Amino acid sequence: MIGRWIADIGFAVRCYLDQVGYAARLFLRLILTLGYALRRNALVRDQIHFLGNYSLAIVGVSGLFVGFVLGLQGYYILQRYGSAESLGLMVSLSLMRELGPVVTALLFAGRAGTSLTAEIGLMKAGEQISVLEMMAVDPVNRVLAPRFWAGVFTMPLLAATFSAMGVFGGWVVGVLMIGVDGGAFWSQIQSGVDVFKDLGNGVVKSFVFGVAVTFIALLQGYNALATPEGVAKATTRTVVMASLTVLGLDFILTAMMFTI
Amino acid sequence: MATEPIDSLVELHHLSFGYGERLILDDVNLTIPRGRVTALMGASGGGKTTILRLIGGQIKAQRGQMRFDGVDITPMDQAQLYQVRRRMGMLFQFGALFADLNVFENVAFPMREHTDLPEALIRDIVLMKLNAVGLRGARDLMPSDLSGGMARRVALARAIALDPELVMYDEPFAGLDPISLGTAARLIRELNDAMGLTSIFVSHDIEQTFAIADQIIILANGRIATQGTPEEVRRSQDPLVYQYVHALPEGPVHFHYPGPDVHEDFGVGAGA
Repeated sequence: MIGRWIADIGFAVRCYLDQVGYAARLFLRLILTLGYALRRNALVRDQIHFLGNYSLAIVGVSGLFVGFVLGLQGYYILQRYGSAESLGLMVSLSLMRELGPVVTALLFAGRAGTSLTAEIGLMKAGEQISVLEMMAVDPVNRVLAPRFWAGVFTMPLLAATFSAMGVFGGWVVGVLMIGVDGGAFWSQIQSGVDVFKDLGNGVVKSFVFGVAVTFIALLQGYNALATPEGVAKATTRTVVMASLTVLGLDFILTAMMFTI
Repeated sequence: MATEPIDSLVELHHLSFGYGERLILDDVNLTIPRGRVTALMGASGGGKTTILRLIGGQIKAQRGQMRFDGVDITPMDQAQLYQVRRRMGMLFQFGALFADLNVFENVAFPMREHTDLPEALIRDIVLMKLNAVGLRGARDLMPSDLSGGMARRVALARAIALDPELVMYDEPFAGLDPISLGTAARLIRELNDAMGLTSIFVSHDIEQTFAIADQIIILANGRIATQGTPEEVRRSQDPLVYQYVHALPEGPVHFHYPGPDVHEDFGVGAGA
């Protein structure tokens, strides 16, 4: 009985390690496709259009509304300490350092990640991946690489869009609607935001999240069982795993950036 | 024909393959003669598609050799396999066209990936290939606009885009209406002869298969039940072959999946 348990645990651990090893090797192969992606940049460009432009609406609108809410909540807190003119700084720091990269990555996982997983899973179910292999075209190069690099490139741009829309939203609520002084709003941002520590950290985060979310989406799609249920499950796993990974990575990155 | 030495393009040599415990192919010896049309037949799950995948190197034999043009491909790495595969074309069961590309781009795909041909030349070749399958006029359609038979013909044009030596068809007749079926069968034969190909196809359609194939191989229970010209196979007195060619439900291929005895499962005395 106990021997059986130990054997089961061993089996589970080995399966898990096998998956981790597979994922790590695929990740390495994707990193090494950079040359291919640069040579076939038209493929990457199409994917940037697909991942970026079609995510723009949801990211922009979300950013705007998060900015509205930050404006309201920020004003509520800051006016207690008589520092409502710092509203712009508070809104922009929250967005650049934290909310921009994280919320954009979560939205990106839901909007672009799922579509990547489903697309690749369906290509697999429709034997299109097998066709590529039989044509002597490496699917990791031809299918995964352009999507990977497009995702890595697109995420920081989307996060920047989110933050910009958010700051605009905070300005609309704070300055136009509540009546915080507009000059103070912008000058506090100008003097208080550090290009490297605040903006730079946010860009690093969004870049890392882009790598993580895109890779998880591609891995799940490429590993999906080639059936409708398999693709459906893989899509769900993409959202769950990518979201948790983003939140976990965010804590690690923030902690690291705090100490540096 | 059997007297002249066979110039074989593909050779399976004492080849065994299985998933886990279950052997799909058990010590199979098989030769595909160059320039001919060979049909693989046999009950479902009998290993026909497995043979195509072994020839393409998508799966590897556990024992024995898979020789393509005299070279064993079993120990090859991916780069070597890709070299060999450029001499093969494969038509998947439902065509497997790239859903985001139109008909023209689907056929042009292998050329864009593997060659640096100028656009004008690619256009001419694509239209020639599409013309060969009768779909030159469908170049601008998307795969979702095509019927099953048309999709397979486009896939065929794509499979022969780079003038392969060997074309493999995985159940090219499955789910086709009688007109498309006849068209598909004629195409396999005509393309084989016109382009000097070697063709292998997996099929269940006895009438069409016997009409177009030079050689028929019937697989059963992981082995080759018979191999020969349509006439030889039709005359075969082997019980397995007889059962298959005459579509009988009982015979050496059993109706029941192996399991416990009937009286054990149902608790009745008499065994079936």
